[in-house]
Amino acid sequence: MQPFTTLTAIAAPIDEPNVDTNQLCPTRFNKVPRGPGHARILFHDRRFDADGKQKDFILDRDPFSRAQIIVADRNWGCGSSRESAVYALYEFGVRCVIASSFGDIHANNCSKNGLLPVVLADAEVAAIRKQLHAQPGATLTVDLAQQTVTDAAGQVHRFDIHPVRKKCLLEGLDDIARTQQYLERFEIFEEAYRRERPWLYTAAP
Amino acid sequence: MAAQTMFEKIWDRHVLVGEEGELLLYVDRALIHEGSSHAFAALDRQQRKVARPQQIFAFTDHYVPTTGRDKGIEGIAIPEIRNMVIKQHANAAKHGIRLFGFDDPGQGILHIVPPEQGITQPGLVICGADSHTSTHGAFGCLAFGIGASEMMHVMSTQTIWQRKPRTLRIVVDGKTGFGVSSKDVILAIIAKIGVAGGVGHVIEYAGSTIAGMSMEARMTVCNMSIEGGARAGMVAPDDITFEYMEGRPYAPKGGAWHDAMTYWKMLPSDANAVFDREVALDATQIAPMVTWGTNPEQTLPVTGRIPDPESAVNDVQRSEYAAALDYMGLAAGTALADIAIDRVFIGSCTNSRIEDIRAAAEVAKLGRAKVPAWVVPGSQTVKAQAEREGLDKVLLAAGFEWREPGCSLCTAINGDQLQPGERCASTSNRNFRGRQGTGGRTHLVSPAMAAAAALTGRLTDVRDLMKSH
Ligand code: SF4
Repeated sequence: MQPFTTLTAIAAPIDEPNVDTNQLCPTRFNKVPRGPGHARILFHDRRFDADGKQKDFILDRDPFSRAQIIVADRNWGCGSSRESAVYALYEFGVRCVIASSFGDIHANNCSKNGLLPVVLADAEVAAIRKQLHAQPGATLTVDLAQQTVTDAAGQVHRFDIHPVRKKCLLEGLDDIARTQQYLERFEIFEEAYRRERPWLYTAAP
Repeated sequence: MAAQTMFEKIWDRHVLVGEEGELLLYVDRALIHEGSSHAFAALDRQQRKVARPQQIFAFTDHYVPTTGRDKGIEGIAIPEIRNMVIKQHANAAKHGIRLFGFDDPGQGILHIVPPEQGITQPGLVICGADSHTSTHGAFGCLAFGIGASEMMHVMSTQTIWQRKPRTLRIVVDGKTGFGVSSKDVILAIIAKIGVAGGVGHVIEYAGSTIAGMSMEARMTVCNMSIEGGARAGMVAPDDITFEYMEGRPYAPKGGAWHDAMTYWKMLPSDANAVFDREVALDATQIAPMVTWGTNPEQTLPVTGRIPDPESAVNDVQRSEYAAALDYMGLAAGTALADIAIDRVFIGSCTNSRIEDIRAAAEVAKLGRAKVPAWVVPGSQTVKAQAEREGLDKVLLAAGFEWREPGCSLCTAINGDQLQPGERCASTSNRNFRGRQGTGGRTHLVSPAMAAAAALTGRLTDVRDLMKSH
């Protein structure tokens, strides 16, 4: 996983709440193996008409087409667990989404792929989106170590992140290596657990 | 010991180790489907093995066609879809995973088959490669959906890192009225708490309404927990649960059954257990529900009218309403019961169990479908039982189509899909833009309401239809 430390980049405001993962990656693209093609899949049906022509979605307008940060509203990434929604964001170039809340599964999927989900208050995301509309192309700075977002007006917003998630993102650690340290404990646990619930392991019919 | 919720009892028994509040949980069972190809690709890339293949179960459901199965896998018309199914069968064989595959007599949706087979049991931690894994919580287990990276982790370690969610108890009391189903109950719950209302929480559904429900109905309720933002929903196991489970293929037998029961009976939340939040609903006030917009909280009783964006509580909601009406092609003030529909879909992991098919057939008896209406049973087991009961005949005689099991029009990746602008009354769980096909418009309803819509060609209060006969 690519580490996430600090990022200063153009940010795109997406005003609507409840952007579901079907919007980020329409279902028919779920089967596409992960790759650069996912850049075009992001918000596909909002961006392209049936003939593949652009519809003038915000992420296709300059300077937002170069955005690496999205500032959204509440409940970003609700709905389906599809990780292809994260592949689409990532391949488009997005490394950080700021919203007032996230679909739980999507937020996990983001942080397992080096994409930082930042939660700020409703009023903060609304204010930052307003700035970005007023000054298209303005950059934000996200500093994970400090847990801050510096907005276009220079105001600093602090965010919370779980210390373990923070460490994994900062260092680009994947979970399996972490889990494998506990192999011995796993075996002891499992043996006791199986003894306690033998009915779970009776052979399949 | 302090009083505990059911969730806490299950959670605590599965924690292996903690790192600053991120906990490593033992996973009893994991459920995957054709779309889990990303997880297998990651396993292969890292040259990892499946740690406990006997605890992973695979299902052919998302991509499988719902007609023309007699020609076998090679007969699947669309090459990309055929490849997904072939690849899944190869991956399952390679890793020694039990696959309820294309030709399996138990084939069906990953949230329909495990309960039927007795794979879903109280007290377990179940992870699924799909957000509606919450369905299984109806048995009093902790079941939640995860993405491909997490599934790869589960497959290679049989564990998952999680932070402890908060608990939300939703108590529904009272007897539901005539024509009101468990689907209407969960839609009413989502309308009340909102699509983000359960974020970060595990829901326990309780109260006399839930206690009086069949397992099928409880599964419909738990299924849509994710539509309220919660990853998991649960119902305490009771005699209804045990009666449903007894004798199922993977359920314990003989002495083991009694040992298991002893444990299962200790699971329900203690009487004075404290939840982080509580919400109460009066079931007697719930009417048959219909969604009018593009997310499941945009729901009203069928007797209602399309809301005016001007009535919204703030600017964000106003533009959200306006965008939803624009996408749905609806005008503010229109009575829901005046909205003409083009198609009907009865199916999905929300509503494709035997009781759902029975409810649809009961209504279908009263007339003939005016628009194309599909019935897609959730599994071969449901299909066979429905056919034994003659429900297929009833539905076919009323002009409905009776198809092969799978996800079908719920997520529209198997070739079944709406055309742009088509309006569908659907028993599935998501009315998101494009969910049933690019440009398709979805109204979520119960199976009885869907069948009623088929007979009239518009959204219809099933109570009126049934009373007039
Ligand atoms: S029926 Fe729909 S919601 Fe259920 S598992 Fe299939 S695609 Fe997902």
